[in-house]
Amino acid sequence: MMKFSSVMTTPGEWLRGEGPHHQIVISSRIRLARNLRNHAFPGWAKKAERIAILDLIRPRVEQLAEMQDSFAESLQDLSALERQVLVERHLISREHAAKGTGSAVVMNRRQTLSVMINEEDHLRMQSIRSGLQLKQAFKLVDKIDSALEEKLEFAYDQRLGYLTACPTNVGTGMRASAMLHLPGLVLSELINQVIQAVSKIGLAVRGLYGEGTEAMGNLFQISNQTTLGEKEEDIINRLSKVIETIIEKEHDARQILLQKKPSTLWDQIGRAYGVLTYAHAMASKEALNLLSIIKLGIDLGAFAPDHRLSIDELFIDTQPAHLQKCSEQKLNAEERDYLRAQIIRDRLKLLPKPDISKMARESGNGSAAKAS
Amino acid sequence: MLCDVCKCNDATVFLTQIQDGKMQKVNLCDACSKEKGVEDPKSFALADLLLGIGASEEIEKSALIQKCPVCGFSQADFKKTGRLGCAACYTTFAEGLHTLLKAMHKGTEHVGKLPQRAHRTIQLSHRMRALNENLQKAVAEENYETAASLRDQIKQLESEQLSNT
Repeated sequence: MMKFSSVMTTPGEWLRGEGPHHQIVISSRIRLARNLRNHAFPGWAKKAERIAILDLIRPRVEQLAEMQDSFAESLQDLSALERQVLVERHLISREHAAKGTGSAVVMNRRQTLSVMINEEDHLRMQSIRSGLQLKQAFKLVDKIDSALEEKLEFAYDQRLGYLTACPTNVGTGMRASAMLHLPGLVLSELINQVIQAVSKIGLAVRGLYGEGTEAMGNLFQISNQTTLGEKEEDIINRLSKVIETIIEKEHDARQILLQKKPSTLWDQIGRAYGVLTYAHAMASKEALNLLSIIKLGIDLGAFAPDHRLSIDELFIDTQPAHLQKCSEQKLNAEERDYLRAQIIRDRLKLLPKPDISKMARESGNGSAAKAS
Repeated sequence: MLCDVCKCNDATVFLTQIQDGKMQKVNLCDACSKEKGVEDPKSFALADLLLGIGASEEIEKSALIQKCPVCGFSQADFKKTGRLGCAACYTTFAEGLHTLLKAMHKGTEHVGKLPQRAHRTIQLSHRMRALNENLQKAVAEENYETAASLRDQIKQLESEQLSNT
């Protein structure tokens, strides 16, 4: 059994960013919702029943071959800070972090798989992969779903499919989503058009931490809205196609910026570099927004590509709970801002100044950024 | 089901309207629906116009009292939380949910993954029902040889069902 401290020190596999289209698609996630046939849903079940449900499900999840090297903990045994760390890594939802007795989380060492027990549904199984890999993520979570179904009796209706606490998830119980980094579309003020177009075809666009959260760091989550009347594969294919179109639009936006407004781009990247390198207090939102521009700078060749991982890690490491966990103390907002600025300054010491000549060359051949 | 207006003829026209997030339902017979001129349900607030002010609230109240026999969850709870109480709630509140699901999703029927075990259970119960029907028919026709063979098959199936759970 893995300890929480080792969850902290090992970054999730998806963060290493090696998947297809990883420059723009940070991660792909598939979540399946399942419930037991003969128990009330977690939101309606009394405490004793929730505990009984947990006792029934948890050992079977821990016995899965995929969970041999796993971290498993009851929510009540995790501190508020530890829960927040898991939220910042997208391993549990914000809703799950608010749960106590009768809820638990089980995840594998690579942090590609996490199972929430007694969230809104009895089981929320999630697979997360780097880049655009929705099909691969589905394969993994589908496999553990089938394995669990042999041992647990799921609530399933011939007509409605998998029954879930919220009718919006009934049918496949599947939410497929991808986290996209779209600074080009934001800078060229095309992002609202994209969001509107995507909403019209029954897909949802959300901020960094899902429903009702703000888009920070030019990061957007796009996911399916509907779960009934369409096969899992079809939902995933439809979503993948839309994401591929958005990737193309993002590349186009970047090329147009390079050709028509190179000074604006250069100014943005230079300012981001300057502020991150010299600031002594930085709020989380500002850090994400500036890091996003540095990330864009790497994609465009202004910084060497070998700095990509250390910048990507900063996206997570500068989040409030990660900062406090790292410094092993609870910090107020002001102290966090000082510490955040300090960590960023330290890591950026290794990052040389942006090189405008390289970027100009990128714009010359037009398709360099697309070659990824 | 009787018509909500005349309360004597069987209702043949069923109207559901969602207004300000509240669901209203009216069931009418052929004659009453024609009399009220229900052609375009969008053009009026259903229950209020048809039954007079206050009637819609009454209908709603009776619907809110309905409780799931398995878990005790009521439609009022659903309005509050947007979540259901248990799997059986989908049967209890099937009527209202159907409208909701239709508006929410691409279709009203699941076409995705079939859980293997649940699928087997459903298949077994279908086979069991067919065998029982045939058995009754065979007994009624005094075809005892067939009946005996069917009884054996049912026994066999029962043990299969047991091992599947």
